[in-house]
Amino acid sequence: MTGALQRFLPLIVTTAVLVVGFLICAAQFPNFASWRVVANLLTDNAFLGITAVGMTFVILSGGIDLSVGAVIGFTTVLLAVLIEHGGWHPVPAFAVALIAAGGFGAAMGGVIHVFQMPPFIVTLAGMFIARGLGFVLTTDSVPINHPLYGELNDMALRFDFGLKLSLPALLMLGVVAAAVVLAHWTRFGANLYALGGNRQSAELMGVPVARTTVAVYALSGLLAGLAGIVFSLYTGAGYSLAATGVELDTITAVVIGGTQLTGGYGYVVGTFVGVLIQGLIQTYITFDGTLSSWWTKIAIGVLLFVFILLQKGLLTVWAGRGGEPAEA
Amino acid sequence: MTASTAPPSAPLLAIRGLSKAFLGVQALDGVDFTLRHGEIHALLGENGAGKSTLIKTLTGVYQRDNGTVALEGREIAPRGVEEAQRLHIGTVYQEVNLLPNLSVAENLFLGRQPMRWGLVDRGAMRRRARAVLQPYGLSVDVTAPLGRFSVATQQIIAIARAVDMSAKVLILDEPTASLDAQEVAVLFKVMRTLRSRGIGIVFVTHFLDQVYEVCDSITVLRNGRLVGERRTADLPRLDLVAMMLGRELEAAAHRIDLGPAEVDSRPPLASFKGFGKARSVEPFDLDIRPGEVVALAGLLGSGRTETVRLVFGMDRADRGEATVDGRAVRLKGPRDAVRLGFGFCPEDRKKEGIVGELSVRENIILALQARQGWLKPIPRRRQEEIADRFIRLLDIRTPDAERPIQLLSGGNQQKALLARWLATEPRLLILDEPTRGIDVGAHAEIIRLIERLCADGMALLVVSSELEEIVAYSRRVVVLRDRRHVAELRGGEVSVERIVAAIASETPNVAGSGAEVRQ
Amino acid sequence: MTLSAPGPARNLPQYGALIAVLLANWLLFPDFFAIRLQDGRLFGSLIDVLNRGAPVALLAVGMTMVIATRGVDLSVGAVMAISGAIAATMTGAGWSLPAVLAASLAAGLLCGLWNGVLVAVLRIQPIIATLILMVAGRGIAQLVTEGQIVTFTSPALAFIGSGSFLTVPMPVVLTIVVLAVTALLVRATALGLMIEAVGVNRLSSAGAGVNTPVVLVAVYVWCGLCAAVAGLIVTADIRGADANNAGLWLELDAILAVVVGGTSLLGGRFGLVLSVVGALIIQAMNTGILLSGFKPEFNLIVKAGVLLVVLLLQSPTLTLFLPRPKGARPIGTVKPPVAPTSGGAKP
Repeated sequence: MTGALQRFLPLIVTTAVLVVGFLICAAQFPNFASWRVVANLLTDNAFLGITAVGMTFVILSGGIDLSVGAVIGFTTVLLAVLIEHGGWHPVPAFAVALIAAGGFGAAMGGVIHVFQMPPFIVTLAGMFIARGLGFVLTTDSVPINHPLYGELNDMALRFDFGLKLSLPALLMLGVVAAAVVLAHWTRFGANLYALGGNRQSAELMGVPVARTTVAVYALSGLLAGLAGIVFSLYTGAGYSLAATGVELDTITAVVIGGTQLTGGYGYVVGTFVGVLIQGLIQTYITFDGTLSSWWTKIAIGVLLFVFILLQKGLLTVWAGRGGEPAEA
Repeated sequence: MTASTAPPSAPLLAIRGLSKAFLGVQALDGVDFTLRHGEIHALLGENGAGKSTLIKTLTGVYQRDNGTVALEGREIAPRGVEEAQRLHIGTVYQEVNLLPNLSVAENLFLGRQPMRWGLVDRGAMRRRARAVLQPYGLSVDVTAPLGRFSVATQQIIAIARAVDMSAKVLILDEPTASLDAQEVAVLFKVMRTLRSRGIGIVFVTHFLDQVYEVCDSITVLRNGRLVGERRTADLPRLDLVAMMLGRELEAAAHRIDLGPAEVDSRPPLASFKGFGKARSVEPFDLDIRPGEVVALAGLLGSGRTETVRLVFGMDRADRGEATVDGRAVRLKGPRDAVRLGFGFCPEDRKKEGIVGELSVRENIILALQARQGWLKPIPRRRQEEIADRFIRLLDIRTPDAERPIQLLSGGNQQKALLARWLATEPRLLILDEPTRGIDVGAHAEIIRLIERLCADGMALLVVSSELEEIVAYSRRVVVLRDRRHVAELRGGEVSVERIVAAIASETPNVAGSGAEVRQ
Repeated sequence: MTLSAPGPARNLPQYGALIAVLLANWLLFPDFFAIRLQDGRLFGSLIDVLNRGAPVALLAVGMTMVIATRGVDLSVGAVMAISGAIAATMTGAGWSLPAVLAASLAAGLLCGLWNGVLVAVLRIQPIIATLILMVAGRGIAQLVTEGQIVTFTSPALAFIGSGSFLTVPMPVVLTIVVLAVTALLVRATALGLMIEAVGVNRLSSAGAGVNTPVVLVAVYVWCGLCAAVAGLIVTADIRGADANNAGLWLELDAILAVVVGGTSLLGGRFGLVLSVVGALIIQAMNTGILLSGFKPEFNLIVKAGVLLVVLLLQSPTLTLFLPRPKGARPIGTVKPPVAPTSGGAKP
């Protein structure tokens, strides 16, 4: 099964990087290899992981979504305003936020499909709009003091062996699991890969292009909204400038996770591992104490470069069976 | 050779009086086509014959203007590929229209995956994929991405998908264009198996050997009209080529005296030895001397275009060597060729020739400027002089030199491209179908121009489907067939009849060995 | 030569929009056009628009040519941060101004070279290739400043940001100089033609013997240089380098300026001056929103609106229904949703 090995190579490499990275950390810091560190890694990166799942789907379909960070920021503000200023109960506020975020994504998908505009630029406009709407609601950081927030933050799943999974961590794991099923065990998933592989062929093979495009951006928006809820739980506040630059972190996680930025190839699980690698680098730097935070960005940049080169190399090998330009 | 199943009363597919026009251009004009159960039927014709229009009308990409299409006696009018698929018409294109990033199984079942409890049953999909491929003798890892397999395997998988979606009519549009001999053999085996199951196959190809190897019947189109339908067994090759090229050949034309071949002793300007590229064109020898026109003749897909692309470095040869002025040279890309004084007007003007948005002037001076380098700009006034001179010289019809070239007619675009290279005063000018899609007046002008350039000492290498044209200006014609240089005609030997005979010949001749042509 | 080729009539929308925005500002704020001379330097809202618009205008100059080749450079903001960080740190360490300038510009050049090589030689999609430096670049800038906001007191460097030359603020002077040098570089040589040719049809250009990789690398290098100058101005203006925030999101403003300036994201014809006009339109709107008492937060929504409108006007779907102005970009540059394949209408 060398074929399978080759297919999963990016995923294997990513996972190996995570494992080796973890081992290096554990060797260097005696307290590192603990369930607490693992639990924190999951909790701290939950919102990133949830967003990155949506981004993975968009990128698999051959698009990109630059608006996710802004949607997270907007969601936190919307929640804060509804709960604190509007006196809403958080649950209906959550529902409204999810609907708004999903609808926003669907609208962008619609514009991309109907007007045949580059996703890059449409979602860039979407990013401006979402940030702007957040600002319009309020420019302050609004703390959320509803009791439910405290209860939700205290919720955790405890395992006998010492692992304690917080609600955000559980949500992320749930989303990743559901996403794996969606990607590989539904027609929608197959259609996404098909669209990212070759739009024209996909259309010829009967893939509903319009529906799939709108749905994937709606899904990305919805997950960004969910990430916004998690983020507001995590920070206990709503702030329009929250999650700035998250779009880049998620794209990076997706690429490190082995998904081709050109679409069609990749795995949700890889993205999850990519998120953990980013979290691990951050945790390492925190543990070290002497290293400065900017090494995170440089390390991630280097990883990004290496993985892009790796993808390029693999693609060249796969495309190696020359299709000659023929007379037609 | 014939089908094992008894032919039912109505033919599988009956097309009568099919017409289709685009913007006033009649692409199909009252064409009849009949496909029987268990038949492999070749659909042949040169460029513009109407093959693709016929196929696209059949598969619902285009809607016909006139005529009837009946499948097993029932009138059909598919409005899209999917509907055609439901009507049991499956198509497999040369550039496989499957998805290289999906697994074989997913490709086979995209959009119709077996489901269980609302989810795709991947196990069942794998099992069914293996079962579907089994009759084709294809035992591949159905979970591997399609792109990892050879084009031939992909094609068979595409056929399997089409057939599994209950195709009765299978259209194979140039499936063999990028296959090697072994792969073609495998594909043919599959086609014969399907024929024995009663499926009717429409086979579009440019390779005559393949037609004679696998097809039961042949329908030839030319310029949107039906030339005729024949049983393969009853149609000699020479007659077939004549049908395709539209020439009524006298029986006498089959036998021609071999005139003494003129041997040119001048040293060649450019010389290619064993030059070739796998899956593109077999290694060939070619000498080009100053002041001569060497024409490459052959049917579409015979390797003509591939040859000139190698010579200009548009594609990189993977074997053989090139010498210019007796010195070995490397042709890694067009820039090398331009430095050596080559120029190339490609067949696909839009994609590889013109820079559409730029003006006629900019297009004309582009190659000259590129050769001079960006640091030595041609002064605007000089650019205008050059542009105006060639606009006058070649009679390029444009209101002024500043008009975007994409707004010009095809013939004028072609002349502007010629001007681009003439401005560099090339030593060897390569023209791929220089008169394609050009009106009659411009046509004659371009031919006169070729003759004049040649008289001035420039060497020309010309690919053309217009045999009269070739005969008019060439002293030497290299004939290609099935990606091989099969004959070279010199001086007095050059005639339409001989070229046709060489194209139709069954035994490949060694290139350059003169015109030993057998019928 | 070719740069203003679309003709003066085609530039009208941009100039018209700029004038309209300025007039709107004037209506909201009657003193908008008032200019006064103080300490040998011009002051006033209009000057402010020019001055504050300078960094984005500089980025837009470089970005225009990158976009003309069908590319995009996402790293310009990060490059600004790097160049600013180097300038502030070196000045703080006592280096002379020429050495500081040389080092900052060299950093920009290297960044551009890196991007160019990834795009032209390794053939990585521009968005992806420049994403690497966008992510890592800020880290590099912070590495240089060691995470601090590095301030300096050198008047020589500060002059670049807040000084003036013949009463005109230095950022405006520098922008004009860079614009002029760039225009000269592409107009007085054949580079402009090559850039447009590569952007319109890379295959045809290569077939005509154009050295496409060199053209591409050159364009990214120049874009890096422009970003470095912008970074210098911002650093000099605030007398310090904030590696975290310098140039943050300015790549998006630069792209917006280029698009507003009428250069298509699909490559081809470009107008340097028009991109600068685009940058000024954006800045004038910012100023107008501030002056009119709206929250600055509305800026983003207005920007998004402008971006969408401009893009809609260029959208292939929409152009199908609109009469095409003479000589305008044809629909053919974008594949219509469903079209006959390669053979076109006449197979």
